[in-house]
Amino acid sequence: MTVTSQALDARYLQDDDTAHAEFDGRLLAIFWDFVRPYRARLLGALLAVALFVASQVAIPLAIKAGVDAAVAGGKGIGGIVALLGGVLLVNAVGSFLQELLAARLAQQVIFDLRAAMFAHLQSVSLAVIDQTHVGRIMSRLQGDVNSLQEFLETSVSAIGDFFLLIGIIAVLLWLDWRLSLLTLLVLPALLAIRAFWLPRVRDTFRRAKDASSIVNSALAENINGIRTVIASRREGLNAASFERMVAANRDAQTSAAWAAQIMVPTVEVLTGAAQAVIVVVGGYGVATGKIEIGVMVAFIFYVQRFFDPIRTLSQQYTVMQRAMAGLQRICEVLEVPIHIADAPDAAPLTVRGAAVELDRVTFGYRPGLPVLHDVSLRIGEGEVAALVGPTGSGKTSIAGLVKRFHEPWAGAVRVGGLDLRSVTQESLGRTVGMVLQEPFLFTGSVIENLRLNSGAPREAVIAAAQAVDAHDFIVSLPRGYDTMLDQRGQNLSQGQRQLLGFARALVADPAVLILDEATANVDSFTEQRIQAALRRLLRGRTSLIIAHRLATVRDADRIFVLDAGRLVEQGRHDELVAAGGLYARLCARGQASFDDPA
Amino acid sequence: MDAVRDIDQERGGRREWGSPPDLPERLTLAALNPREVIDLAAMPAMLRRILALMWPYRRMLGVATLATLAAAVASLALPRMLGRAVDQARGSAEAGGTSGAWTALGSTAAGVLILAALRGLLLMASGYLGEKAGQQVGYDLRLAFFERLQILGFDFHDRVHTGELITRGMLDLEGVRGFIEQGLQKLVLLVMLLVVGATLMALVDPVMTLLALSFVPPVALIAARTGFGMRVVWSRLQERMAQLTRIMEENLQGIRVVRAFAATRYERERFLHASAQALRLANFRIPIRARGVTLMQTAFYAVMGLVLWAGAHRVSAGRMTVGELTQFLTFMTILQQPVRQIIMIVNSGARATSSAQRLFAVLDRVPRLADGPDALPLPTGGGHLRFEAVSFRYPGDERPVLQDISFEVAPGRLLGIVGAPGSGKSTLAHLIPRFYDVSAGRIMIDGHDVRALTLSSLREAVAIVAQDVFLFDQPAAANIAYAVPDLAEEHVVAAAAAARIHDHLTGLPEGYATRVGERGVSLSGGQRQRMTIARGLALEPAVLVLDDSLSAVDTATEAQLRAALRERRREGRGGGATIVIAHRLSALADADEIIVLDRGRIVERGTHAFLLALGGHYAALWSLQSGGLAEGQDRREAVL
Repeated sequence: MTVTSQALDARYLQDDDTAHAEFDGRLLAIFWDFVRPYRARLLGALLAVALFVASQVAIPLAIKAGVDAAVAGGKGIGGIVALLGGVLLVNAVGSFLQELLAARLAQQVIFDLRAAMFAHLQSVSLAVIDQTHVGRIMSRLQGDVNSLQEFLETSVSAIGDFFLLIGIIAVLLWLDWRLSLLTLLVLPALLAIRAFWLPRVRDTFRRAKDASSIVNSALAENINGIRTVIASRREGLNAASFERMVAANRDAQTSAAWAAQIMVPTVEVLTGAAQAVIVVVGGYGVATGKIEIGVMVAFIFYVQRFFDPIRTLSQQYTVMQRAMAGLQRICEVLEVPIHIADAPDAAPLTVRGAAVELDRVTFGYRPGLPVLHDVSLRIGEGEVAALVGPTGSGKTSIAGLVKRFHEPWAGAVRVGGLDLRSVTQESLGRTVGMVLQEPFLFTGSVIENLRLNSGAPREAVIAAAQAVDAHDFIVSLPRGYDTMLDQRGQNLSQGQRQLLGFARALVADPAVLILDEATANVDSFTEQRIQAALRRLLRGRTSLIIAHRLATVRDADRIFVLDAGRLVEQGRHDELVAAGGLYARLCARGQASFDDPA
Repeated sequence: MDAVRDIDQERGGRREWGSPPDLPERLTLAALNPREVIDLAAMPAMLRRILALMWPYRRMLGVATLATLAAAVASLALPRMLGRAVDQARGSAEAGGTSGAWTALGSTAAGVLILAALRGLLLMASGYLGEKAGQQVGYDLRLAFFERLQILGFDFHDRVHTGELITRGMLDLEGVRGFIEQGLQKLVLLVMLLVVGATLMALVDPVMTLLALSFVPPVALIAARTGFGMRVVWSRLQERMAQLTRIMEENLQGIRVVRAFAATRYERERFLHASAQALRLANFRIPIRARGVTLMQTAFYAVMGLVLWAGAHRVSAGRMTVGELTQFLTFMTILQQPVRQIIMIVNSGARATSSAQRLFAVLDRVPRLADGPDALPLPTGGGHLRFEAVSFRYPGDERPVLQDISFEVAPGRLLGIVGAPGSGKSTLAHLIPRFYDVSAGRIMIDGHDVRALTLSSLREAVAIVAQDVFLFDQPAAANIAYAVPDLAEEHVVAAAAAARIHDHLTGLPEGYATRVGERGVSLSGGQRQRMTIARGLALEPAVLVLDDSLSAVDTATEAQLRAALRERRREGRGGGATIVIAHRLSALADADEIIVLDRGRIVERGTHAFLLALGGHYAALWSLQSGGLAEGQDRREAVL
């Protein structure tokens, strides 16, 4: 069994502070798997880039030819202009195709990647997701995917820039290698200056980023706690402290602006220097007849487009580092192993009112720390069983095992006599239903939330809601069953959400039902309705209730009392009270509730 | 009022909670309802208001504009210099002598270098000053927004979603600021370049100038259309991406429901459907940009070809020098970049317009409640609360929430309030510190109508420990002393001890300095409630209201807290009035009087014994909570 690795997996998704990572061949191999289906498109995009760059390089050449022809008395100028037209056509087609093919390819790959991560997460064990902050997973699905997308989209133009740079240098060398070498002297100078500048301003940029996130989180906190702020008359004080943060942010941003702007005159001066070289050396060459005038003009044109590619290429390096870090985290998600999968010969589980059985089950989340020790219990067909015990006694783990959220270290869990490992997960999901303490409501209408994936007709959903006494409050909502649940049903009361959870389970109509009773305080009026609804929900089902309320437990056919992962007592309410054990003590202490004192 | 209505409508329209409808079979720009994204009619007014925001920094921006102008002149003088160099070189070549060439070319080269440096410095200055002014405006806006949110009362915050306000304060604010910093600056540079450039060129050859500039109108038009289209599709795409994010987030947060109902495949299909819709939009956006950029480039190069063709004829006819032709061509190259940026300028202007609309909707909103001109401070030391036939309905709502409520709580007395959810208990509490004003009747504290008092003194005298706990991301001590920041340490500790949270806090790694709240140490629901009770007690208020604040604490702690409240009523600040709102009736054991609310009316009132004997709502509730067991009541007595 892979218990050890399962516990370790959770760590996979913990640390994600690395903002930059270096090139990693293994990651790229995984990434290439996502690009491979579209390699024909990739080839097309690269061809378009080549076409575009070639024509970009050719345009100044055509201009040069035009100038030369003009000097020579205008002979053949028509042909040259026609040639220029042809180059322009190629340029236009290349430009369009390059943008279109490359950007679409990048989009496609990114969407595929996100879908693959999402699909993978659907099969990853709950233990991993439980131990990982949802925000962290989301930052992988969004932030990291976005940084990769940025990289892919800019890559194509970066490749273009790279070829453009090569092309320009090649043409310059071909036109006049001596003059070009002189002109190109500014290149190493620029690279040296950037190398000097970048590490010095990195801190300034980071400070600016930090300052803005401080401002934003202060704003968000004040908005979220606005009622407390107003009630505590903190308006003035909070505004004053916010003012300090905003001022610090303004100053940090202004410093960052200064640090960035300082490069502007540097690049300009270097461009000027290159042009000055052309003027003096090239001009002298023209004067002495060694250089054609057209060559000089062409040089002037090329030099102007020299610096943009260099700037974007060095930016691209940072983007690549960020993308590598993103890719690394994305791959971590894709590589979380899947422990619970259908066996090759898994059969569908189709039973009604089946018995549920734990046979000498030992189970835990961390190696060496079992939370259930050799537990055996049996719930007969149609019986209502209650699980009772102090916090940490293993009630939730038993529920999770029957649902096969986890697998036992030893022993077996059976529903209707079939070992859960031999049935398909899909069929198990439909046979064994579950009602959670807090019924998570999705953004969507009430009816969508009740129906979920069951595809039940509207009348069936309404009948279910009526059966659990949820119908009346639903129809009193602004648009009845079609009311959109704002903010996951926060505008409903706890009791109402609980009733929706019952209705949802009734719509799914499972043969076996696991129910985790809500612990939170609901008012007594609602409590009464919930108990009545619960009785209706349980009718004709084998059920397992993680019970917190005395009323629920009293009605159960069978009560299992757990303590520190062991089954210590079982029987009916009267029997257990008479026995005077743990159950009797819990009963005596609690009022209407079985919760432990805080 | 209108601002709020706008915000409400937007919630229904632009940022819909449900799924946006599927995209039409044939995707066109018109099908995306561009008018909904970009309000062209509002644009001039919004731009005027944005300019008004910049007005205080007119000097800085004036200098930046001058620098931009000078940079434009330098930019355009450069081609002249280069053109001159070409002519000088050619002149020397034709003259056959190189003697003068060195000096002539050398001085031109020096000129080029100086001009380039000058241009660089000027661009830096204008870039820096523009950004500095933008940051100043951002500072002003942030502060104004923050302060406005604090002035706007509960009625505003009840109706506007917090997420919506956060979005406005972050993204929309950046939209406006970014436009000032980037969009406007680029626009100024472009206009300067065009004007200066056209003038300089026209001095050389007006006809050629017209020809050279002929690329501007088509390119500007294409750029504007592209910028507009991209903005529209981008906004729509953001909606789709938000939906996709929501699906992913809810899937992960509700993963137990997903697994419990075997809905994995269903969820995957839902995701893929939303994802495919978003991809279609993303793919629709790409050719808009590609087409725009390509058309612009082609138009530009085509005109360049024309200039070359016409120029070559002029040169060969001797009506123009090669240097002048080079100058024209270089001039065009210089203009090409800023003209292309029209895409960005239009995009940023459109974003700024809609952002400004949303921002001003909040900033223009007038608070409903304010101190009257003759408001007086409440004298300290009292604590006599009286409701006189108070009725209340929420602004803009027909239904009364409270009707004809009268009661009196003398200093040292405790009033209990019971009622089903929605019976108006919390609303009643919120009327006391004037989070809302009564619709009829009046509320008196120590003989003063609360409306005649300054809000500040009133709220200092009233502490409401609210049902929904909010702790700030600050040390525990600062959270307790939140309403009285200069509170002495021993008083903080005393409040914590009275709220029975002291022992827990001292057990934390950093004691009272431990950060609690969002990113701090996590407290249980009961502990969080006790923190807020400590916060209320620390204020030593004349009127203390506990709004269902004991629901998550266990019964033993509840008994201790009640003892602490008894203590307060005996000693604290003249022993002010206390109101306890509760579902669990054991919390009301000490009440001198209990009122039972039902749909906004008092239906029963009296002492515990009286209400039990009455056999109404209260008695029914009591028997329900005792579990209906005879021995249940005995046990309760034992706990008390």
